[in-house]
Amino acid sequence: MAKKELLSIRSIVAVGIGSALFVILGRFGSIPSGIPNTNIETTYALLALFSLLYGPVAGLLIGLIGHTLKDFIFYGSPWFSWVISSGLVGLIIGLLVAGISIQDGVFGKREIIRFNLAQIVANAIAWFAVAPTLDILIYAEPANKVYTQGLAAGAANIVTVAVIGTLLAAAYAKTRTKQGSLRKLG
Amino acid sequence: MRARMLTYTKQDSPVHRLSGAAKLIVFIAWSLTAMITYDTRCLVVMLLISLVLFKVSTVRFQDYAFVLYFILFFFLLNHLAIFLFSPLEGTRIYGTRHDLFHLAGRYTVTAEQLFYQLNIALKYAVVIPVALLFLLTTDPSEFAASLNRIGVNYKIAYSVSLALRYIPDIQRDYENISFSAQARGIDLSRKEKLPRRLKNIVSILLPLILSSIERIEKISTAMELRGFGSGRKRTWYMGRPFTGRDYFALGLMLSLAAAALIITFYDGSRFYSIF
Amino acid sequence: MSKAVIEFTDFSFTYRAQQEPTLRGINLSIREGEKVLIVGPSGSGKSTLAHCINGLIPFYYPGETAGSLRIMGQEQQEQSIAALSQTVGTVLQDPDGQFVGLTVGEDIAFVLENAAVPLQEMKERVTAAARAAGIGDLLSASPQELSGGQKQKTMLAGVLAGNVDILLFDEPLASLDPFTGTRTIEHIDRLQRETGKTVIIIEHRLEEVLHRPVDRIIIMNDGVIACDLPPAELLSSGLLAGTGLREPLYLTALRYAGVAVTPDLQPQHPELIRLEGAAQRLEQWVDGYREQSGPAEAVPLLELKEVTFGYERETAVLDKLSLTVNRGEMLAIAGRNGAGKSTVSKLICGFYKPSSGSIWLNGRDIGRDTIKERAERIGFVMQNPNHMLSKTLLYDEVAFGLKLRDVPEELIRERVHGVLRICGLHAFREWPISALSYGQKKRVTIASILVLEPEIIILDEPTAGQDYRHYNEMMEFLRGLSSRGITVIMITHDMHLMLEYAQRAIVLADGKKAGDDRPERILTDRSIVEKANLRETSLYTLALRAGLQQPEELVRTFIAFDREVRRR
Repeated sequence: MAKKELLSIRSIVAVGIGSALFVILGRFGSIPSGIPNTNIETTYALLALFSLLYGPVAGLLIGLIGHTLKDFIFYGSPWFSWVISSGLVGLIIGLLVAGISIQDGVFGKREIIRFNLAQIVANAIAWFAVAPTLDILIYAEPANKVYTQGLAAGAANIVTVAVIGTLLAAAYAKTRTKQGSLRKLG
Repeated sequence: MRARMLTYTKQDSPVHRLSGAAKLIVFIAWSLTAMITYDTRCLVVMLLISLVLFKVSTVRFQDYAFVLYFILFFFLLNHLAIFLFSPLEGTRIYGTRHDLFHLAGRYTVTAEQLFYQLNIALKYAVVIPVALLFLLTTDPSEFAASLNRIGVNYKIAYSVSLALRYIPDIQRDYENISFSAQARGIDLSRKEKLPRRLKNIVSILLPLILSSIERIEKISTAMELRGFGSGRKRTWYMGRPFTGRDYFALGLMLSLAAAALIITFYDGSRFYSIF
Repeated sequence: MSKAVIEFTDFSFTYRAQQEPTLRGINLSIREGEKVLIVGPSGSGKSTLAHCINGLIPFYYPGETAGSLRIMGQEQQEQSIAALSQTVGTVLQDPDGQFVGLTVGEDIAFVLENAAVPLQEMKERVTAAARAAGIGDLLSASPQELSGGQKQKTMLAGVLAGNVDILLFDEPLASLDPFTGTRTIEHIDRLQRETGKTVIIIEHRLEEVLHRPVDRIIIMNDGVIACDLPPAELLSSGLLAGTGLREPLYLTALRYAGVAVTPDLQPQHPELIRLEGAAQRLEQWVDGYREQSGPAEAVPLLELKEVTFGYERETAVLDKLSLTVNRGEMLAIAGRNGAGKSTVSKLICGFYKPSSGSIWLNGRDIGRDTIKERAERIGFVMQNPNHMLSKTLLYDEVAFGLKLRDVPEELIRERVHGVLRICGLHAFREWPISALSYGQKKRVTIASILVLEPEIIILDEPTAGQDYRHYNEMMEFLRGLSSRGITVIMITHDMHLMLEYAQRAIVLADGKKAGDDRPERILTDRSIVEKANLRETSLYTLALRAGLQQPEELVRTFIAFDREVRRR
């Protein structure tokens, strides 16, 4: 739907609303996981779903804009290394899932595997490599600290998207299936 | 659930009077400079300047007090973590070692470590006042116009404006949806086991996301009908032309950035050492 | 005669995903400066017709067209949506979707910004348009600070700023209270007379739109134009009855009294209609009719005692509010936006805690009960069903609340099937929710609440966005629940609903109770009507104009009589 044109009006609106959702879920949709200092950040499930729905450019922008606004509005100052990584997650997922026609209700086993491979690759690159490296470059933070943090955050995000993101995408796909064969029951 | 947000308040001060675009450029240049430099002298000077700006702007303490607690908490946590993970990071960077006192095991406090952590603290501290100031003194209505002015595609700039426009509406939706979910018996607290908690989250996220997708459709049609995106350019009702004041601020910022970078890299290293 | 600005010739349209055309063989010509009302039940094709006029079809919603549609003499297909937006200005139904600016001023300027109008000229045009729409002093207000009526005025100003020739209103009354709706209709009328622009209004609320004259009424039904007549002739023709549209109440009352409605009676407005001879018949009808049952005995079930609450410390939304809900009754709570209607229900459900005062159920203070515990006795149905639906299959949705309470599987099945039967959804039990209509979805949300077997069910605007047929179905269904002993509280500003279904109405104004009485008394009491942004019912206007001794009696007779007629 929105993938043909790079910046159709629908994608622009999706970026705006997606970013607003990112802000709200980033602030309120954070659930304790049971492991100390690691939360289930539901906002990354949203990001993955919107990248799947609206493509890589929208994914990139939602990550960048949503994360910047969230940090700004609630914490006073954006944490740039993580902002960039969020954008990257959206971009990579969007690129790797291109071709899944979830708009037509197609989201079977193959698509689920592909979606999850994409999100694992995206989260791994962003949180295991890019975010900590940027932290070292910008703030000269100790390597073992930032890589441990990145590992924890990345793993949590991968699990979050695998469970919540997949469930959301499957549920969305079901709302798009053709209803030709439905029949009233007695 | 009604968390406080940082918001713009209409006031009058030299900082408020600068155009949004000028403030955006200053904020970006300032942040980049603070990211690059590790020179204690530059950072101290920048911190002093930012505090002066804060004073000049006359923003009220109660408008941002609540984020200071967040920031302070995070600050302490981060410094503790740095020390726990790498107590001799300072020694590694500056190449010398002056032990102050021994704690336990591999944890010895060194002068280098304290200086290194002081620098990290400074790097964060330098950005925060300027970021707060940017947010508190810039009318959100000017955001999009400012982004467009510094070269961001106007459609992308407008999506930022849309995000700001709909954050309160989506927060209200989220509130209503989670209320009705709670009434049906959904529990997201630690009382529930993790797998069930995850499933419960989906029951809140799904209606929120599906109704947001519906909202995207409605807004898109409305914007189509009102001619958005038809031209290569667009004008901005809230756009403000640059005045002498803006050029002055930009000039000052650029010379500051240049000076900071020259001082930082003069001796060939990003790190300034007192040892 | 002035020239035609919109001309459909043998026009048909089929949406891409559909087999059958949604519009078939449309021939319609609208002339410059005309004011046309297009009505029709939902699914009749009236919105599709509007989309053709403003260009959403075929540029946004693709599909197959046949025949010709000319706008300002030019073939519509050869233009673009942006070009059409310079000619046709659309005011959409949902103000929150159309209001994209961060402030009123920016939103009015939106069209001008997109056309790259220079700043100086833009400011002047925005100011002028805002003044014409009556919101000149609100330019820097944010949408969250505005009432529904003010948002709509902003939309209107946004269209006026663009200097369009044709104004298209898509269900402008849908999200407004009756008083604001009346004002909107007056405003549109004044604008049209002052500017001479062509005005097209799409609505199913005929009586409200006819508050000001229109030139023609076009009825859409099943994709074709079912009729195209001046109001007086249409209202006398009896054609409305076949289309599932509601005729103005005062005309129905005249028919019940045995008065034949003809064009020369001027039936298009209760203030205009000629009543010579009719007065006597009305009097006889009212005298001759006696209501069957008296009021039931009142046993208090839910009580609010001096409840005070505010979202922020300084401003109280509710101010020492006390009210009683009796067992088994159907109660309406009305009041203008911000009067505290929704807040009352949120306090009852425990979403918020009152800052002082107490809430009692069955003589017990429920202040310490959790949201979940209260939900087992008091169910709350939100206005937008999409905010409540969290499963993809109907059965799972209804069973969800029981599953979360660890009810055994067999018992769940039994209760879900029982509830689905009551709600008329049993035949759909294996359907995905996305395949259901809006009204059915609403029923699913009610079913998912009923399955917990509450004593009270609170519904926020139960009939919003539904046409007369669906409104009727929904309300008869709720009455069925009420006759099963469930207490029904409806938060609404729909006056028909209040009049016809509520046994009692409580009106809130400024966080206090402004009225608590039978609905026909509330809606004939000018001071209460004003406080709650309601409107005097046209039945009362009719009674006054006919010079009846006890005008309220006409209203009461009508409701009772009408109920019997519809049940037949």
